[in-house]
Amino acid sequence: MAEELKLLGAWASPFSLRIELALKLKGIKYQYIEEDLSNKSPLLLKSNPVHKKIPVLIHNGKPIAESLVILEYIDETWKNNPLLPENPYDRAIARFWAKFVDEKILQIAVKFRLAKEKEKEQIIQELGEQLQFLEKELEGKEFFGGESIGYVDVVAYFIVNWLQVQQEVRQIVFISEEKFPVLCKWMGKLHEIDVVNGCLPPKDKHYAYMRAQIEAAKSAIK
Amino acid sequence: MANAEVVLLDFWPSPFGMRVRIALAEKGIKYEYKEEDLQNKSALLLQMNPVHKKIPVLIHNGKPVAESLIAVQYIDEAWKDKAPLLPSDPYLRAQAKFWADFVDKKIYALGRKIWATKGEEQEAAKKEFIESLKLMEGKLGEKPYFGGESFGYVDVVLVPFYSWFYAYEVFGNFSIEAECPKLIQWAKRCSEKESVLKSLPDHKKVHGFVLELKKRLGIE
Repeated sequence: MAEELKLLGAWASPFSLRIELALKLKGIKYQYIEEDLSNKSPLLLKSNPVHKKIPVLIHNGKPIAESLVILEYIDETWKNNPLLPENPYDRAIARFWAKFVDEKILQIAVKFRLAKEKEKEQIIQELGEQLQFLEKELEGKEFFGGESIGYVDVVAYFIVNWLQVQQEVRQIVFISEEKFPVLCKWMGKLHEIDVVNGCLPPKDKHYAYMRAQIEAAKSAIK
Repeated sequence: MANAEVVLLDFWPSPFGMRVRIALAEKGIKYEYKEEDLQNKSALLLQMNPVHKKIPVLIHNGKPVAESLIAVQYIDEAWKDKAPLLPSDPYLRAQAKFWADFVDKKIYALGRKIWATKGEEQEAAKKEFIESLKLMEGKLGEKPYFGGESFGYVDVVLVPFYSWFYAYEVFGNFSIEAECPKLIQWAKRCSEKESVLKSLPDHKKVHGFVLELKKRLGIE
């Protein structure tokens, strides 16, 4: 049977990028379709009528939405290079940390973008506290997945990368090597792996995009 | 897997805790239920869920699993030989997980707004709440359960909120049954199952709890 796999994504979205990495790690061929989120395609609206968001994976015409759900679907359908461990308890732990990254790390970082100047200091501190949990979890391991890249690595890499890019663009420290040596070393390692860094958006384009977002947020706050 | 020590840290009105109770009951797993006082969290809770400090926490052989959806999936995988909650087909599993996520994103937060707010904010929450339930009603279709012929993951995830519907209706001054009769039929069908019957508190008790909670939070 000819396999038809499409990914509706957005080039700067960490949720979309994590799907691409998962597919590439498993050597799965797919057609990537870039969505213009200000002008959503009929295919996107039909494939994810509930949330109307990317990413959406369409496998032989059947759509799957929500990035963590998509990752598990990919892992269950293409069993090579598994992302989730086999043991039920280890799987529960992996799911816990993936959810943590999306809920705590990313949400706080988004709060920062919309915050008033006086609130920013506290948000950075809050972010630091949450990152400490992640730092501790990674201690003593090559990757969150153990000796090889796993589910949490795929989920967290683009979120932490987003933080690092924000750092450079804003000239504010969110995740210093001094306070987060384990996380920074892990990011360094991943940045060296071709299949992983190959998924990152082009640097200049990404920085310009972030700058534009920051400006837009500033005018919104005023 | 042998039924060794299983402990559940929980709080009786929590719909999230109810999910885990139902899953454990479906699998016939004996466990120790520990009621937490959320105003005075136990050392055990803080030790077992240091990241969020929340219930429910399932503790299996001393190892904690936090987050209700993760705990329910863990129960399904660790005790896979009895009453499977998730289907075996990857696409159907993905659909079930999608709808569980939808319940988490919408039902709880909107429900809370219904009892905790007034005026325009409350009206907006009621509207979206009903829309969300109707969406799920559509997904249920003519099936007896979200899991199809048998009670499954999405049923476990959603049915706890049924014990809160009365409270939502009183505080929101509306009838959920009038808007979503098929969903109420489904909820009643689920409530006939022993696992659900044992796990859901009486809805008047929940209403009383919300009244007290509102007083404590200073919400009129």
